[in-house]
Amino acid sequence: MTRPASSVFRRSGLTLDLWWIPRALILGLLAFVIFGPLTNLLLWTVAERWYFPHALPIDYGFSYWARVFAPRGNAMESLGNSLLVASLTVLVSLTLAIPAGYALARLQLPCRAVILIAFLIPQAFPNLPVYVNVARLFYQIGLNGTVPGVVLVHVTHGLVYAVWIATAAFAAIDRELEQAARSIGAGALRAFRDVTLPLAAPGLLASAIFVFLESLDEFTGSYFVGAPDVNMLPLLLYSAGAGGNYQIASISALLLLVPSIGFMLVVERFLKSDVLSKVGQ
Amino acid sequence: MNDDAFLRITDLSVGYGATRVLERLRLSIARGEFVALLGASGCGKTTLLRAIAGFVTPSAGAIAVAGRDVTRLPPDRRGMALVFQSYALWPHMSVAKNIGYGLKLKGLPRAAIERRVGEIEALLGLSGLGGRKPGALSGGQRQRVALGRALAVDPQILLLDEPLSNLDARIRLKVRHEIRALQQRLGITAVHVTHDREEAMAMADRVVVMEAGRIAQAGTPEEIYNRPASAFVAAFMGAENMLALNGTVRGEHIHIAAGPHYGAAEVPLDGRALASGALEARFRAEAVQLQAHDAPPATEGLALSGHVEAVSYLGGAWRHSVRIGQTPVFADAEHSLAPRTAVRLTIPAEKLFLFNTPSPSGAAAPADDTHPTATRATRPDRVREAAIS
Repeated sequence: MTRPASSVFRRSGLTLDLWWIPRALILGLLAFVIFGPLTNLLLWTVAERWYFPHALPIDYGFSYWARVFAPRGNAMESLGNSLLVASLTVLVSLTLAIPAGYALARLQLPCRAVILIAFLIPQAFPNLPVYVNVARLFYQIGLNGTVPGVVLVHVTHGLVYAVWIATAAFAAIDRELEQAARSIGAGALRAFRDVTLPLAAPGLLASAIFVFLESLDEFTGSYFVGAPDVNMLPLLLYSAGAGGNYQIASISALLLLVPSIGFMLVVERFLKSDVLSKVGQ
Repeated sequence: MNDDAFLRITDLSVGYGATRVLERLRLSIARGEFVALLGASGCGKTTLLRAIAGFVTPSAGAIAVAGRDVTRLPPDRRGMALVFQSYALWPHMSVAKNIGYGLKLKGLPRAAIERRVGEIEALLGLSGLGGRKPGALSGGQRQRVALGRALAVDPQILLLDEPLSNLDARIRLKVRHEIRALQQRLGITAVHVTHDREEAMAMADRVVVMEAGRIAQAGTPEEIYNRPASAFVAAFMGAENMLALNGTVRGEHIHIAAGPHYGAAEVPLDGRALASGALEARFRAEAVQLQAHDAPPATEGLALSGHVEAVSYLGGAWRHSVRIGQTPVFADAEHSLAPRTAVRLTIPAEKLFLFNTPSPSGAAAPADDTHPTATRATRPDRVREAAIS
């Protein structure tokens, strides 16, 4: 940025203008690609009637919002399910990821890299065949269509974020900080509770957020394992969208978007570069 | 080995994989003694300190405190406190919380903790900083908080891992004396790791010079400085000038034969176990009397003749680089002599350190078990790979 800016002083203003034409085009295009669909989505949430060839909705109103948030509307049930499953997924993932991450960060484990890669395996294969088989398996043991079943599927999916980020969070803590506590009389668990855990908390919070968002957005597993007994927000979005009910689909999409954006801001605040630099190491 | 040793280390060996960092090391430290472990990086001094603290598991040997074997005890049950080179202050706790943490662990009531933290803060000049986070302190203040955190728990043994190396030079000189005064006032047993020989001598009752995982020499600062047990210790303590000589033991003296650039000399053995044959002579630049070659000799001792090659002013003295035959040496004098001046260097007998040159077979050093480290240290085959310090 500094180079063209400094050239402004040396050359004429014309050079600057010419430079800004392609740049403005690219930036505008980028803004359109990002914000175009979002604007469309926002318009749909408040559109009462909107059809071709009209560029903008014909009538505006909140009647669909009322329908979504009606006491008997299945959107509230789906939202509740989604939040319950996401919270439980975070709980289970962190319960596994904190000891796993600490062990991977601190202990001289053989095949450390292999273990870290192993958590990636659920993401490495195509989701569809995996979840079809998981559904078949869960059906046999009665887990299909239950909240624990969906949570389990989401945990396998989210564990890679939880463990990788937790490992990085623990690795970013100087070992001497723990040793300092040990040396003046803290037992291993006490030092972990008083020193390691508080210092790793921002990283762990970030991993919790990633897992939460992953669980909230997860579709394939929720569809095969959860539906039709446990309905989640993405499923509602899918059926509403497939049924041409764009208002309902947009409103549920917005519901999914709000926590995402909120958490993005939190992550941006808490996930420090020293933790990020150690992810996957 | 005195029997009233407070901290006793017996035949301690530590190895990381195939590398041996410490090799059958023995050391006894009395109650209230300040011991400095001195050595170059990689000599194992930090590993020894960490083994004492309990962060390094020895492969063999024992560590006992006041007769109690602590070799297998975890660090938190050894009654020691370690001050880290990095200070390792907890960034999420205030200064008062950092200092009071050890007391909280002991289950002291809050009022007692606050009183003790206040005492420590006053002792270390940290009053008024209790509410700050370590990130808001200067280097010297952080160092004192780290020290205070260790002192607050009233440790049996205070372990200091190069605690001054991150301070700038002027503060370091001040803190050096502060720590020493504090240690004497509180009567704490302290083990201090450093690579700075001046710091070791200024602070410690006893200096332990380490070389390649062994103790090269242990003694008072004066002994280490004036009677180095090996060429390594002599060089480490500043006697960098080296000459190869030949000597013959005659009774209580060793007779040095005259060479092309030096005259004959008689040096009293003074209890040293030297054998006739090739000798390595070491001396400090400031031990030399430097004169023009035609001036009358002012002192007795080994006289060397050579030419001045370069001069620089160090403050207090001029340092001359003098070539004796093929060997360059440094010599200090109050007045400078111009380059190419022919000069005579006289080294008084008591400032000339003589050691038997190790022969290639490794058998030249006399097998004398009363000074095992001194003889081992001169054997080239014993020099091992530098280990993690």
